[in-house]
Amino acid sequence: MMPYQFTVSPDFSPDHLSGWFFFNTWLQRQTGEAIHLEMYNSFQSQREAIQRNEVDLIYANPFDAAMLVREKGFLPLVKANDVSDEAIIAVSLDSAVDKVTRLMPGITVAVTEDPDVRMMGMIMLEPADLNADNIKITVCGSYVLVAKHLLQGNADVGIFLAEAYDDLSNITKSKLKILVQSQISVIHHSLMMGSRLADKRDDIQNLLVTMNQDEKGGKVLKSLGFDAWIKVEDEEMEFMIDLMDTLAI
Amino acid sequence: MIRDMKPEDIVGDYKETILGLYGSITRVILYTDIETPFPEGRLIVSTTDKDGIITHVNKAFVEMSGYAEDELLGSPHSILRHPDMPSVAFKDLWDTVNSGKHWQGYVKNLRKDGGYYWVKATVISNIRQGKVVSYTSVRRKPSRTKVEECIKLYPTLF
Repeated sequence: MMPYQFTVSPDFSPDHLSGWFFFNTWLQRQTGEAIHLEMYNSFQSQREAIQRNEVDLIYANPFDAAMLVREKGFLPLVKANDVSDEAIIAVSLDSAVDKVTRLMPGITVAVTEDPDVRMMGMIMLEPADLNADNIKITVCGSYVLVAKHLLQGNADVGIFLAEAYDDLSNITKSKLKILVQSQISVIHHSLMMGSRLADKRDDIQNLLVTMNQDEKGGKVLKSLGFDAWIKVEDEEMEFMIDLMDTLAI
Repeated sequence: MIRDMKPEDIVGDYKETILGLYGSITRVILYTDIETPFPEGRLIVSTTDKDGIITHVNKAFVEMSGYAEDELLGSPHSILRHPDMPSVAFKDLWDTVNSGKHWQGYVKNLRKDGGYYWVKATVISNIRQGKVVSYTSVRRKPSRTKVEECIKLYPTLF
C-alpha cells in the first residue's frame, strides 16, 4: 500500500522544519501507518499536489481551508493551542509615517507569498484607500527579506506574520516601527486529513489531543513551537472558512 | 424583542426619533453626534439566525456596540440600526444575501450610548449541507474617503 502523504503549509518557520520531521516520525510510531512527509517550497506546487489527490494529511494555511474542505472533502483534526495567525504592518523607523491612514497611493509594499497574512495586511491598508491597484507589491522569499527591503529603502511598508516579526533579531526590530497589528484571533492553521484517512479520524484526533501528556510527545510539540493540539470541530472550521470568504472580497 | 433606548444610557446631548424596523416593529432611538473610531486591526464578527436574531458575537462587537454580550444575544441585529441609514440599504443587503451572493457596504451603526461608528460590512449566508442556516457579518475599518461619500449619499436615499 502506498504510504500516506503528509505536507505542511510552505509558510512554516524555518526554525520548525526539523520539528515537522520529528512530528511525522512520532505520528508513524503512534499510528503504525507509513506516512511520508513532503515539504513543498511553494503554495502553488502544494496546491497542484492537492489537486492531484496526492495529499492525505496537511497542516494547512487558513486560506486553503475552503478548497480543502469544500472541494476536496478534507476534515479538520486539530489546531495549535493558543496560536492564531495575525498580521503586522511595519515601516522603517526612519519613515515619517506613524499611522496607516498617512500612507499614500504609489507606495511599495513588501510581502511574502503567505496568502492569509497578505490578505489580512491588505485589509489593514484599506482605511488608507490602498488596494492592489494603487500600490506596488514586492514578493519576498521570507519575512527576513521583507525586513531587509524596509531597512534598505526598497519598500515603504512591510506586511509580516506577527509571529515571524517577533522572531526577527532585536537589532532588526529596533530599526522598524509597527503601524498596526491585527487582533482577529479566529484565523489559524489546522491539521486536516483527506478521505483516504477518514476512517481513522477519531483515533488520530485522540492521539493528537493527548500528545502533550507524554514526555516524547511534549518534546516534539516544543520543537514545533507550541504546547498542545486542540480539537477543531467541523462547525468551527466551517465558520473560519465563512469568515475567510468575507475577507477575501 | 428590541427595547426602546433609555436616556440614562446615553452619553452627551441627544436627539430622539422613532424608527420603523423590519416586521412593523418600532423603536424609540436616542442618538448623539459622538463618533467612536473603528479600532485598528480588529474585525467585528456576528452571526444571526435566519430571522436576523443575533446568535454569536465576538469581543470587538461587544466593545464597539456598548452592549453587554447577553443583551446582544437573542436581540434582532437591527439593535444597531442608526436613523441616518436609509432602509433601501438593508433591503439591498437582504435581497443580495438571499440570492446567495455576498453583500458588502458601508454602514453607520448605532451604539447603546447613542453614539455611532462606521464600518465596512460584508454579509454572507452560512450554508451547511446545501441549506442556508444562518448569516455572518464581518465588519472592518472603512476607508474615510468611502465614509465621506456615504455621508453625502445616504441622506438622498430616504
